[in-house]
Amino acid sequence: MLKTFNLGGVHPPENKLSADKKIENLPLPKTVFIPVAQHIGAPASPVVKRGDEVKVGQVIAQSSGFVSTNIHSSVSGKVKKVDVSADSSGYSKQGIFIDVAGDEWMEEIDRTEELVKEFNLDGSEIVKKIQEAGIVGLGGATFPTHVKLVPPKGMKAEVLLLNGVECEPYLTSDHRLMLEKADEIMVGIQLLMKSLQVNKAVIGIENNKPDAIQLLTEKAKEYQGVSVVALKVQYPQGGEKQLINAVTGKEVPSGALPIAVGAVVSNVGTAFAVYEAIQKNKPLFERIVTVTGKGVSKPSNFRVRVGTATSELVEAAGGLPENTGKVISGGPMMGRAIPSLDVPVTKGTSGILLMQEEESKRGEVLNCIRCARCVSVCPMGLEPYLLMTLGEKHIFDRAEEERVMDCIECGSCSFTCPSHRPLLDYIRYGKGKVGQIIRSRK
Amino acid sequence: MSIILYTVATLAIIGATAAIILYFVAQKFKVFEDPRIDEVEESLPSANCGGCGFAGCRAFAEACVKATDLGELNCPVGGAETMESVASILGLEAVKKAPRVAFIRCNGTCDHRPKTNAFDGASTCAISAASYGGETDCEFGCLGYGDCVESCEFDAIDLRADMGVPLILDDKCVACGACVEACPKNLIELRKMYPKGRKVVVACRNEAKGGVARKSCEVACIGCGKCEKVCNFDAITIENNLAFIDSDKCKLCRKCVSVCPTHAIIEVGFPPRKIKEEEKESSTAK
Repeated sequence: MLKTFNLGGVHPPENKLSADKKIENLPLPKTVFIPVAQHIGAPASPVVKRGDEVKVGQVIAQSSGFVSTNIHSSVSGKVKKVDVSADSSGYSKQGIFIDVAGDEWMEEIDRTEELVKEFNLDGSEIVKKIQEAGIVGLGGATFPTHVKLVPPKGMKAEVLLLNGVECEPYLTSDHRLMLEKADEIMVGIQLLMKSLQVNKAVIGIENNKPDAIQLLTEKAKEYQGVSVVALKVQYPQGGEKQLINAVTGKEVPSGALPIAVGAVVSNVGTAFAVYEAIQKNKPLFERIVTVTGKGVSKPSNFRVRVGTATSELVEAAGGLPENTGKVISGGPMMGRAIPSLDVPVTKGTSGILLMQEEESKRGEVLNCIRCARCVSVCPMGLEPYLLMTLGEKHIFDRAEEERVMDCIECGSCSFTCPSHRPLLDYIRYGKGKVGQIIRSRK
Repeated sequence: MSIILYTVATLAIIGATAAIILYFVAQKFKVFEDPRIDEVEESLPSANCGGCGFAGCRAFAEACVKATDLGELNCPVGGAETMESVASILGLEAVKKAPRVAFIRCNGTCDHRPKTNAFDGASTCAISAASYGGETDCEFGCLGYGDCVESCEFDAIDLRADMGVPLILDDKCVACGACVEACPKNLIELRKMYPKGRKVVVACRNEAKGGVARKSCEVACIGCGKCEKVCNFDAITIENNLAFIDSDKCKLCRKCVSVCPTHAIIEVGFPPRKIKEEEKESSTAK
């Protein structure tokens, strides 16, 4: 019997079209737009100005607080301007435009493929280097990693969980990374374990990636304290709280952080970024992005420089198919449709999904028939139909009592609703309003 | 017969005792309420819209009775007439407030502002605004789902679904401010009402730089500052690439309307201009 989380969940069609496609380097773009807010927390403040020459890996925006990170240039060339432009939300955000010229890297970056296993840094030095390298959670939430590695006072991490679940349909970027960079990920895990002072790490992988499970299980034998757990294919297995529940059996209390049950969760992609930052002196300025979709002629996994326009990726995967209905940044369940192909790839972009017209259409909204399917699939044990009504009627105090803030926005309720009701739309709205109310109390 | 007598007698005694007790209790726990509160409440429009800033007409009446000066209090629905009757009840002096009217500061109708994408989520402005910038390239403009229409208790807003931007009907609007609260893009403003519904107003909220704004909408304000220069009354200010006309200072001279290169400043309620002929004359004279 495979491990899984104890409440709810759905199983959407997996559609992992690009699972056997090797990671390729995307050709360098001509210009990039690098937003200064690519993470949760305060936006970084630009330290370059128009006309400045920058190299690959150079800091171009400095972290502006503890919950914030540095932003590094992903290309070499000249700063065209520091200005606003629309990001994936369609709202203008500040960022840095760079005209690409050549590909000149900072000297300290080790560009060889050679595996470096040994390190002799202590925990706080590792955290400091991670902070400087601008590493954020690469699973999609983009929470600054160095913040996670410093537990609040009186709390102690017991186990490090590595998220290699990739439960979103279509996406294969973590899968490919695990297959191609297994050793590097293992060293990254060792570094994270050292910084957290834990001696146990568990990698959770969904059972639809048997090759990755086998490879990592074998590699794990060479490294102390690391083990691999195969998990049932069930969405949202990769949710932080779901993964903790599946692997350790513990439940994170409502409103608490995973550290409350002694767990710290990191994505395998983050572990790889940590390896590169510390062993190769390479800050985070590129990531693996899956470009996929049923109509795409060449579904691929690309290594992409941050700031590259979405249109470049689409072009490299064979162009925009005729009957594209939506272009989604991220996976089909939690990703967001982007309003324009000029939107840049950021640290949190795990995939670009080109959804076909008929696949992307929402069904006609009908009345709620009180079937309670949304209740049975909710992995957080909430009552989505009720939360939707409360959002619709603006009854936010009751919504707070019904734990609307616990919603992880996985979309299982909207996915399963036979009446195609926009459950998550209203819940997210209610969550935003309740969040405002809670903040105003402080 | 005697049964009936006993029954009646017992009930009468109980009734009398209860009445005596209740009389004393009522005396002891009497709450004094100013009778003028009821009077004031009766003179109010009973719309309970909250436009005055209080929770309904009763709360407003209480506040009026407590107040020593009506300067801060105003019932936007009843207007000057109502406030005068309230003042006469309370023996205070009514402070005349210029009537106001709501205006949606966006002229990005479908023919001025092309759609560049489509939103298929729950069709309310609040949800659309929380999800992303909107169906056009203008992230500041009206979304057109009608959260303001929904919020209006007086049927004063016409959705105009085919045009993409609702219209406020001045004769029905009471300036209660419900729509101002409801609009997630902060487009609606309560402006001073002029005779015949005349207005001169910047119908745009786009804070993007000129070129970007113009690209997304034909009638966007590009913040060029021509209107600010031509205004003799200091009514126009430019902030964040956007002009704003203070309706309390504006004298409706319409100079700004003629100089605005993008027609972002609009005039409402004026008779059609005869300037065209004058222009012809002056051009022929040259």
